[in-house]
Amino acid sequence: MLSLLLIILTSFFFTGIIIRSKSILSGRKGPRIFQPMLDIFRCLRTGSVYSKTTSFVFQIAPTVYIATILMAILFIPFGNKQGILSFNGDFVFFAYVLALGKFFMIIAALDTGSSFEGMGASREALYSMLIEPAFFILMGSFALLTGYSSFAGIFGALHYGSYVSYGLGALASFVFVTIALIENSRMPVDDPKTHLELTMIHEVMILDNSGFDLGLILYGTNLKFALYGAIIANFFLTPGYQLYYSIPIYFAVQVTFGIVIGIVESFAARFRMNHNPQFILMFTSISMLIFLGVLLVMGKLI
Amino acid sequence: MKRTIALVAVLTNSAISSLVAVKVLSGASFSEVIYGGAIFGNIFIRADALSAWFVLLTNFTAITGILYGRQYLKHYPENKPLMSLHFASYIINHAALTGLFFIQHSLAFLCSWEMMALSAFIMVIYEHGKMETLKAGINYLIQSHISIILLTLGFLWVYTKTGSFDFRDISAYCLNSGNQASLLLFLVFFTGFAIKAGFVPFHTWLPYAHPAAPSHVSGLMSGVIIKSGIYGIMRMLLLMPDNKMAIGYIILGVSLISGVYGVMLAIVQHNLKRLLAYHSIENIGIIGIGIGIGTLGAGLHNDFMTFAGYAGALLHTLNHSLFKSLLFFTSGNVYLATHSLMIDRMGGLGRKMPRTAALFLVAALAICGLPPFNGFISEFLIYSGLFDAISSNQSALVFAISVFSLALIGGLALLCFTKAFGIIFLGNPRHSFHEIREDKSVLFPNYLIAGVIILIGLFPRLFLSVLTTPVSLYGNAGSILPDSQIMQIMQHVSLASWGLILMIIVVYRLRKWIQKHRVIATGPTWGCGYETDSPKLQYTASSFVKPYVKIIKPVIDIQDSGDEINDIVPNAVHSESHFHDRLEMKLIDGPTKALRGFLGRFKFLQNGRVQFYVLYGVVFIGISITIPLVIDALRTLVNIIKQL
Repeated sequence: MLSLLLIILTSFFFTGIIIRSKSILSGRKGPRIFQPMLDIFRCLRTGSVYSKTTSFVFQIAPTVYIATILMAILFIPFGNKQGILSFNGDFVFFAYVLALGKFFMIIAALDTGSSFEGMGASREALYSMLIEPAFFILMGSFALLTGYSSFAGIFGALHYGSYVSYGLGALASFVFVTIALIENSRMPVDDPKTHLELTMIHEVMILDNSGFDLGLILYGTNLKFALYGAIIANFFLTPGYQLYYSIPIYFAVQVTFGIVIGIVESFAARFRMNHNPQFILMFTSISMLIFLGVLLVMGKLI
Repeated sequence: MKRTIALVAVLTNSAISSLVAVKVLSGASFSEVIYGGAIFGNIFIRADALSAWFVLLTNFTAITGILYGRQYLKHYPENKPLMSLHFASYIINHAALTGLFFIQHSLAFLCSWEMMALSAFIMVIYEHGKMETLKAGINYLIQSHISIILLTLGFLWVYTKTGSFDFRDISAYCLNSGNQASLLLFLVFFTGFAIKAGFVPFHTWLPYAHPAAPSHVSGLMSGVIIKSGIYGIMRMLLLMPDNKMAIGYIILGVSLISGVYGVMLAIVQHNLKRLLAYHSIENIGIIGIGIGIGTLGAGLHNDFMTFAGYAGALLHTLNHSLFKSLLFFTSGNVYLATHSLMIDRMGGLGRKMPRTAALFLVAALAICGLPPFNGFISEFLIYSGLFDAISSNQSALVFAISVFSLALIGGLALLCFTKAFGIIFLGNPRHSFHEIREDKSVLFPNYLIAGVIILIGLFPRLFLSVLTTPVSLYGNAGSILPDSQIMQIMQHVSLASWGLILMIIVVYRLRKWIQKHRVIATGPTWGCGYETDSPKLQYTASSFVKPYVKIIKPVIDIQDSGDEINDIVPNAVHSESHFHDRLEMKLIDGPTKALRGFLGRFKFLQNGRVQFYVLYGVVFIGISITIPLVIDALRTLVNIIKQL
């Protein structure tokens, strides 16, 4: 319950932090932290225009998308406090439920019959497919390290291991930051602020969404960032300590995560589209390395 | 009339066999002996929970198949004379399949197996006027006979050693002979059954046979006929309990390759039913991964793994028969409406055929393994087994590679079915077909299947508790676990699925409520300022998977042909791309070509002149007389030499 509240709270200002840090780095003052959220509220209140090509799929897709993200949040623990739902192998449900949302967004993009949106859908489908194994291998590594196979079990037991587990945690956070960047189609894979449809991924998929649906999609991005931020924060929470200790750590991690994304987006250039698969596959290799590292730590590597 | 007879026959067979199956699943034992004459001797008919599970899933698909086929074949008035033959084959096929699961006598089993293969062949070549269909049928016929040769070899091996056709003597023989012998025997059987099941590299008949057959037959073939191979493998595992680790690794390895390779090739297909056929190979791979994990779990004495693996495999067998038959039936609807299966020619069918589109969507989500549908439950079980194996760190690297492959399969399936559903049913029409109407009479069996798909997704515990009986045949895994861990996990999964549905409904109601007071307008699709929505601008299936094709170029063979656009004002250009299965080219086409080249050297013998044929006869008679004489002469000679 606690993590759900905290993630929703974080989602209100997360994108604001990214935009603010980007502005400061480029020498501007930038909008208020809550401005993106206010934009979303404005979207939620306006009317919509639907393309006459679209069918029921287009109407229901944003709803399914946001519902899947909210569902995924229920699994995230807070230190040794379980998420609302927790069972062995819950991260499989987590990954597949997010994939369900993605499935609907992709077919909704194809529903419009636009050449741009088809292109974005194609890219999103490919990149999210490529990153999937990295997530599973990563969770598998921690299952091996801790002997548990649920989010709560893994994060509850993570810190009782050796110091190496902190190192692995840092490496894993790095992979999670990139997973978050890829899942949300941010730099260096995609630039959400580009104004050329031909080079976009996620943004070009939702060209035809408007009003409430667009608001849901935009808020979905915020939630997804906060969701991955919460997973990363879990690597640094120290179970057993009091809440007045761990809640500040949580927010510190989330804010740092936001600033890091701001920094990456300010200084990293966007890749050419055809280099993205190599970049994404690299993270599968890194998580494979983490796995081998865990095997080494446990003395299982012959 | 013919249709009704067929339906009644299938229903009767299903009723009787299901009755036995349900009794067996609830704990009763079933054993009969029929005297089969001097050749067969006593034929043992025994049913255990494994047979019962397969009988029940076969019956469901056979019933929905005949219900669908009855309506579907009405659209082939020109083939009316063949209708009796077709329906007779259907009945025989169903009977042979149910028989297969009960018979525990190798000779009778082989007969039943052959009946199943031949009747399926007749059903596949229903549209025998097409050269493609005939070729596919003959390809299937040959490959299924290679399978039967291997099975015969295995059964003969046991017969020569034990002198008995009873299945029980296979396990008796394996107990007495060494581990190596029983492993080799298992491999002979495994290869035989794997050809039928469609494991890579024995998969090459599937992508031809499935598209050639009428849709209800494709559904039946992909749904249950290839599952007879899975049944065979699971039966043999039950009869030969030795060498668990070796067998487990072999099955796991073959299955991982099948799963990834199948879906990799599925994505690039242009023909809808061919795409689905490659997905069968993928799903057979997933089932195989389950079997592999179960076997390894039994070898490692890890009950959770054993249960999760075998239960996942058996449940996925059922699940695959459901969503794959639904996919084939709905693509049959598409075929009836458009007379085409080329994905790139379609588009926007969802508005003309909304029910078909919705049903296809359900099946597509299920086959991608997404919650809250049935495919997720079985894949989740297999994942659970894998993660349990990893976290109890037993040969973790192998299981990590399996997790990697399974995740990759999931992602690739998502890519494939967003393409299939999105291009066929959504967007603007890419080609003007005459008049597209949805034939509502074919929809009833589809609803039935979709209902069961959702039922399994939402109430997994129901089906899992049924599965404990067949799984408990493989050691004590089934009897320990039903009330404990895995059931609790499933409780949570089902809770989460319900939660997801609830969440979607809540957000949707909220959206409705807020939008009630807002202006909702319709307009053209945003085209960068251009208002003409020409279907030519749309993304096609090929362009959708283009970035993917670039990545996997090394694995598959791509042949592009056509004109390039060179001029500033280009004329109409035509281009084609073909994808070939590299394994098929190397393993099947290459050797076949070599054999043909060798046999071609003897072409001169067949010159069409009667005189020569008479001469061959004379030569043959001459040789058959002289050879014994020569041998006799040689023998005498040797005797003389010996006496010297």
